[in-house]
Amino acid sequence: MAGSERFNGDVILDVNNISLAFGGVKALQNISFDVRAGEVRAIIGPNGAGKSSMLNVINGFYHPQDGEITYKGKTRKQMRSHEAAAQGIARTFQNIALFKGMTTLDNIMTGRNLKMRVNLFLQALHIGPARREEMEHRAFVEGVIDFLEIQAIRKTTVGRLPYGLQKRVELGRALAAEPDLLLLDEPMAGMNTEEKEDMCRFILDVNDEFGTTIVLIEHDMSVVMDISDRVVVLDYGRKIADGSPDEVRANKQVIDAYLGVAHD
Amino acid sequence: MLYREAGQFKTSYAADQAIFPIVQDRWFVFALLLFAFLVVPFIADEYWLQAVIIPFLVFSMAAIGLNLLTGYAGQLSLGTGAFMAVGAYATYKLITAFPDLNVIVAFLIAGVIAAGVGFVFGVPSLRIKGFYLAVATLAAQFFLSWIFNKVPWFYNYSPSGTITMPPRTIFGVMVTGPEATAEVRYLVALTLVAVLALAAKNIVRGRIGRSWMAIRDMDIAAEIIGFRPMHTKLAAFAVSSFYCGVAGAMMLALWLGSAETEAFDINVSFQVLFMVIIGGLGSILGSFLGAAFITLVPVFLTNAPQLFGIAMATDTQKHLEVMIFGGLIVYILIVEPHGFARLWQIAKEKLRIWPFPH
Amino acid sequence: MELLNAVFIAPFVDMWEFPAFFVEVVITGLLTGVMYSLVALGFVLIFKASGVFNFAQGAMVLFAALTLVGLIEKGVPIWLALILTMVVMIALAFAVERLMLRPLVNQDHIILFMATIGLTFFLEGFGETLWGSNVKRLDIGIPNASFEIHGVLLHQFDLFAAATGAVLVAGLAIFFHKTPVGRALRAVADDHQAAMSVGISLKTIWIIVWSVAGIVAMVAGIMWGAKSGVQFSLSLIALKALPVLILGGFTSVPGAIVGGLIIGVGEKVAEIYWGPLVGGAIENWFAYMLALAFLLFRPQGLFGERIIERV
Repeated sequence: MAGSERFNGDVILDVNNISLAFGGVKALQNISFDVRAGEVRAIIGPNGAGKSSMLNVINGFYHPQDGEITYKGKTRKQMRSHEAAAQGIARTFQNIALFKGMTTLDNIMTGRNLKMRVNLFLQALHIGPARREEMEHRAFVEGVIDFLEIQAIRKTTVGRLPYGLQKRVELGRALAAEPDLLLLDEPMAGMNTEEKEDMCRFILDVNDEFGTTIVLIEHDMSVVMDISDRVVVLDYGRKIADGSPDEVRANKQVIDAYLGVAHD
Repeated sequence: MLYREAGQFKTSYAADQAIFPIVQDRWFVFALLLFAFLVVPFIADEYWLQAVIIPFLVFSMAAIGLNLLTGYAGQLSLGTGAFMAVGAYATYKLITAFPDLNVIVAFLIAGVIAAGVGFVFGVPSLRIKGFYLAVATLAAQFFLSWIFNKVPWFYNYSPSGTITMPPRTIFGVMVTGPEATAEVRYLVALTLVAVLALAAKNIVRGRIGRSWMAIRDMDIAAEIIGFRPMHTKLAAFAVSSFYCGVAGAMMLALWLGSAETEAFDINVSFQVLFMVIIGGLGSILGSFLGAAFITLVPVFLTNAPQLFGIAMATDTQKHLEVMIFGGLIVYILIVEPHGFARLWQIAKEKLRIWPFPH
Repeated sequence: MELLNAVFIAPFVDMWEFPAFFVEVVITGLLTGVMYSLVALGFVLIFKASGVFNFAQGAMVLFAALTLVGLIEKGVPIWLALILTMVVMIALAFAVERLMLRPLVNQDHIILFMATIGLTFFLEGFGETLWGSNVKRLDIGIPNASFEIHGVLLHQFDLFAAATGAVLVAGLAIFFHKTPVGRALRAVADDHQAAMSVGISLKTIWIIVWSVAGIVAMVAGIMWGAKSGVQFSLSLIALKALPVLILGGFTSVPGAIVGGLIIGVGEKVAEIYWGPLVGGAIENWFAYMLALAFLLFRPQGLFGERIIERV
């Protein structure tokens, strides 16, 4: 995917007036923002602001009551999550959704699933096209493993890995899908400084080398300020700020939200 | 010292992903197969073949089928007996309707028919999980049993309701029917099991196997990755039922010779489920180990009293068997919930560093 | 045309023209249903309190009945035999908690489920080793005269069974809602961790619950056994209780009752009015198919809670 520049300016994702409610609880109210191809967009806000819900709407896990999403030029009210995956959206989860019974290698290979086509019968015989396809994808996955420096734990069952490594494997699985849009839900949660630096480095590398657009939810302000191009701030399901990190940092409403000034 | 991998470098991904990456394993399995094909027919007697070895092969096939569905794809099924019945009755109808049809081909077609039935009964799995799904498969078990009993077309209007496998040959050798020798039937069963087990192993280490395991481990996340739950689950039901169908066909044609619906009732479903749990969920090897265990235990329990010189009424013996069986299951689940396959793995780990303790 | 008539018209005409018979069929069904409910109750109790799907409930019914009959045959007076059987079931609860539940405390639900299947086999084998496997008559003095009301034939025994069921359920309801132990049980059913953090001992609760389930099993065993003899097929009733649970929801006591009644009536009516069309024995699978249909449209049953999953 060489040749993509940062900030080529096109909007790859446009969120329009999205409203989402669970029973009586309004998770999101009238949220609109856009994401440009190749940028790193952060979504921040106090706990319960609706950030994860926003990601879930983008990748089709939650279906909003109102509003629409325009992705790669196509507008739709909602899509099923596997359709989103087929459209080039990949993500990681706040609580790690790895397949705990499988090895690191197998987990990342699942990320290649959508690219694998060979049918059941040939797979059973494991000859010719099935073998070649498997090896091809294995080679790609090894590239991802190299990139994330997790060679040593390839064959370890993921359930046994420490938290920080699990998060890295999860990133690997998302990368294996060669996504155009990568959604990261608190990728640094629970990590120490070193691990955070590593993760930042990986995220920036992905964005630089492959031009992947990244939307990430993050609580660590220094990370957000360092690596994002633009920031959206949510509070109680509403958007309260949208702009560059510096603009957002100086915004009074944002400061109030974080410091807990009473709302009417 | 014996089981070292030192010096075995894999220089290609293909080598790394081979079924038996360690050379000693490969030799062991090769030797085992040679032994099974060339030596066993000559040294095993009729009783052992008919009462132990052939049923072991039949149930291994069924256990592989169930393991694919419950162990790899995580869909609990209590309908194994019914799918085996489909295979058996389909084989019977095919063979009696097309006398020139090759027996093995009949088995495979019967398997495909069973796969179709499995596909249909797998549809509820799209909406329900876990124990609820088990109830749905029970519906399949009871309903199919009833149909095979009530609709005379299935047993060619025979007054006894029993289906009997007519004699058939392959390359001139009698394979089914009263004339077929136990050795020949054994070899046919062995071939089928070896080939289909290899196919199963290939399937589970590829894309489809991974999609099953993903659905099993975290189906919501799996969907978000792009796996389509419907396709994955239905594929699991279909492939699993194929194996169970072939197992049922083997049961009729190569083991029992004739059968009624009782031969495929709920008890068989439970038996195969035990094999899979005790052998190890999510392991092809486990299917074999579980089948071996469950086939051998009753034989052992039946013959043990004589060995120890104790006389026991067959009634009491049967009850004791059931009791010991149940107790063993609870015990094994406590000691190693992942079954014999895990114990085997641990043994191999220890063997690799033998004679050092760790 | 003939077929359509037979399936969709004739049975209803039958019901209309012979209402007394129809009422009889329904009542028989209801009474069978009460007995299913009794068995399902045991399931619900254990599932609610420990999350374990106790497949061995049916075997417990059989075991309790076998023990009771065995004792009576040995000459023990009925009232003493009843007490002794209860003691046995409580001892069983202790044993199960110590030997099976505790070692398996953190395992997957499917492992626990499998263990209860193992327990089923064990109890069946054990009971039959101890007491033999011939069909036994269970006579505890319940009158079985029959009488007619408005042309509908009723049996005293069935009414007695229904009354017993009602009393048992009422007793359980009071137990759950009015006593401290009952409250603790409901707490545990709701949230193990939270219950433990307020000092409720899981182990005690489990023993209590399995004992109560054991006694419920005994009552069910008495009812079934007195009606159709104590024999191995009693444990197959456990399988029938599954569709009851599907209909009623796994965690609901009223659900178990309503579910049992629906299955009981549904089965009977289907067998009598539609059975002859297809050679009978519809009862073998009707309950499961009904449950299956329910599952497709309302997976949580009539009274169960919706299952919500979060990522």
